[in-house]
Amino acid sequence: MDLVRFFAKRFLRLLLTVFIISTLIFFVIRIIPGDPALIIAGVDATAEDIQIIREKLGTDRSLPMQYLGWLYSILRFDFGNSMISGEPVTKLIFERFPLTLTLALMGIAIGILVAIPLGVMSAVKRWSLWDYFGLVFSQAGMAIPSFWLGMVLLLLFAVKIPIFPLFGSESFAHYILPALSLGFGRAAVILRLARASMVEELSKEYVITARAKGLTERMVKYKHALKNALLPVITITGIELGYMLGGAIIIEQVFSLPGLGRLFLFGIYQRDFTLIQGGVVFVAIVFSMINFLADILYSVVNPKIRVE
Amino acid sequence: MMAENQALLKVENLGVCFTHGAMEAHALRGIDLSFYREEIHGLVGESGSGKTVTSTCIIGLLPSPPGKYTSGRILFNGVNLLGLSQAQMRTYRGRKIAMVFQEPSKYLNPAFKIGEQITEMLRLHLNMGKEQARERAKELLGLVGLGKDGRVLDSYPHELSGGMKQRAMIAIAISCNPEFLIADEPTTALDVTLQLQILSLIKKLKDLLGMGVLFISHDLGVVKEVADRVSVIYAGRIVETSTKGKLFDNPLHPYTKLLMLSIPDARRRGQRLATIPGRVPDADATPSGCAFHPRCPLADDRCKTENPELKEKENGHAAACHHAGESWKI
Repeated sequence: MDLVRFFAKRFLRLLLTVFIISTLIFFVIRIIPGDPALIIAGVDATAEDIQIIREKLGTDRSLPMQYLGWLYSILRFDFGNSMISGEPVTKLIFERFPLTLTLALMGIAIGILVAIPLGVMSAVKRWSLWDYFGLVFSQAGMAIPSFWLGMVLLLLFAVKIPIFPLFGSESFAHYILPALSLGFGRAAVILRLARASMVEELSKEYVITARAKGLTERMVKYKHALKNALLPVITITGIELGYMLGGAIIIEQVFSLPGLGRLFLFGIYQRDFTLIQGGVVFVAIVFSMINFLADILYSVVNPKIRVE
Repeated sequence: MMAENQALLKVENLGVCFTHGAMEAHALRGIDLSFYREEIHGLVGESGSGKTVTSTCIIGLLPSPPGKYTSGRILFNGVNLLGLSQAQMRTYRGRKIAMVFQEPSKYLNPAFKIGEQITEMLRLHLNMGKEQARERAKELLGLVGLGKDGRVLDSYPHELSGGMKQRAMIAIAISCNPEFLIADEPTTALDVTLQLQILSLIKKLKDLLGMGVLFISHDLGVVKEVADRVSVIYAGRIVETSTKGKLFDNPLHPYTKLLMLSIPDARRRGQRLATIPGRVPDADATPSGCAFHPRCPLADDRCKTENPELKEKENGHAAACHHAGESWKI
């Protein structure tokens, strides 16, 4: 029962987050000076032309009416049509989303597969060669900008030694270099956290109990300490995944991948307000959902969180 | 008195030293202790006197470095535990020698259900199957007073009260029918009514399982409640050891006497409670001669230079003092 109530509470929080962000976006866009109708109509449009465009956009209605209309459209998951191409924003987003999702999942997979084992090993064998390697790796990962790493990887493994394709998104191989450049920096952050968390858990009293029970060192460390050490790692991994979904813009640009990032970037260039506001709300929904899932996973691993 | 070779566990001349850079702290300076089956042996001393180091050595978890054995043996059924490898020692820990700790909320793993924390031992040491281990865990919970329906099996530590947690901790410790149980201040973190319940539980289990018990406490009152035999430790040495009755009726060492005078007693109502001046010396600066001499009302020049041996004064009652049994004016 505990668990159901916990999920319900977290789900309500998700809805609240999306609601607040939608509201913020709505008002921020209206506060920004300039009437989108004027931009669309151009400099030599007549007053009637502008009025027609306003009616089409719905900006001729009063602000509260516009706001209610906006909330209703979000409920129906309909963000209107792009001001430039006229296509539904939802359709544009869903065309691009699979690519970005694949990229983010691969990036986070690299982050998890490299960082958690390396971080945990660093903590278990502190000040060993392992640990120094981990420290250098995480320093580098945090210091090297992902776009630079992307360009270097492209130059090395697509141009000089053409193992991977240079452009496009047709095959799995196309995703490897961008996922690496995206995952490297994330891995650095996760590694640091995994190490710190494991070091802390290994100094806890229950570790002494585990040893006093005659368990092997392997069980003491990789069962008793690790389960506790993974808790903060789960949360941070969720947040990192969210960032990657919304923030792969630069990497998509470097690798010319037609993902969400590039869609939004062009939307901004072209002042496509409906696309931008729809995009921001979409990213907010995805981000909240990932945090929701991370919370659920966290509560499965750490039952204590449910009663707080 | 039982013959010496019948001792279940014998600590002989155990010396432990912690090094930190050039600094050396002699935590144990040659202690002797004997433990027998079905007997609770209370070890009493102030903080820093070496009680916990003693238990850490017996269960084989002395952190090394910085800890180092400087002398002695720990004989368990005739086997010197200090000569065993870590892998060999693991077949004793939890299986034959088990331990209950002071603060159950810290010493229980928050991420595992109580059932799992019990059954993992049964499966490891006694090769039980999943179902069998769960049944046995249920019995154990009933044994320590946590209900026979096994509801606690699926509870996490945070769902239990302080007293229940300590009972769960005890259930974990006795799960493999250990021959020897170390209880390191098991009641200190609990309130007084719970203390008594836990003490009688330990006594009950001692009789039921025939365990030898090392009961560590800083509280002479608690030890009087539970122990059959008592040793008093001061600055890494045993200063007095005897059966409980003899020790409490006729303490030989001035330190023991002073400790007893500092227990509140209804018969001495309204009088000032005695205190021992000064404090336990740091292990890296133990005084010369008898370590207690700077705080001792009986100290003379001999005490400052000559460290007294632990000598048997009467049958089974030994004290390490040049003036054992002498009294002074309070």
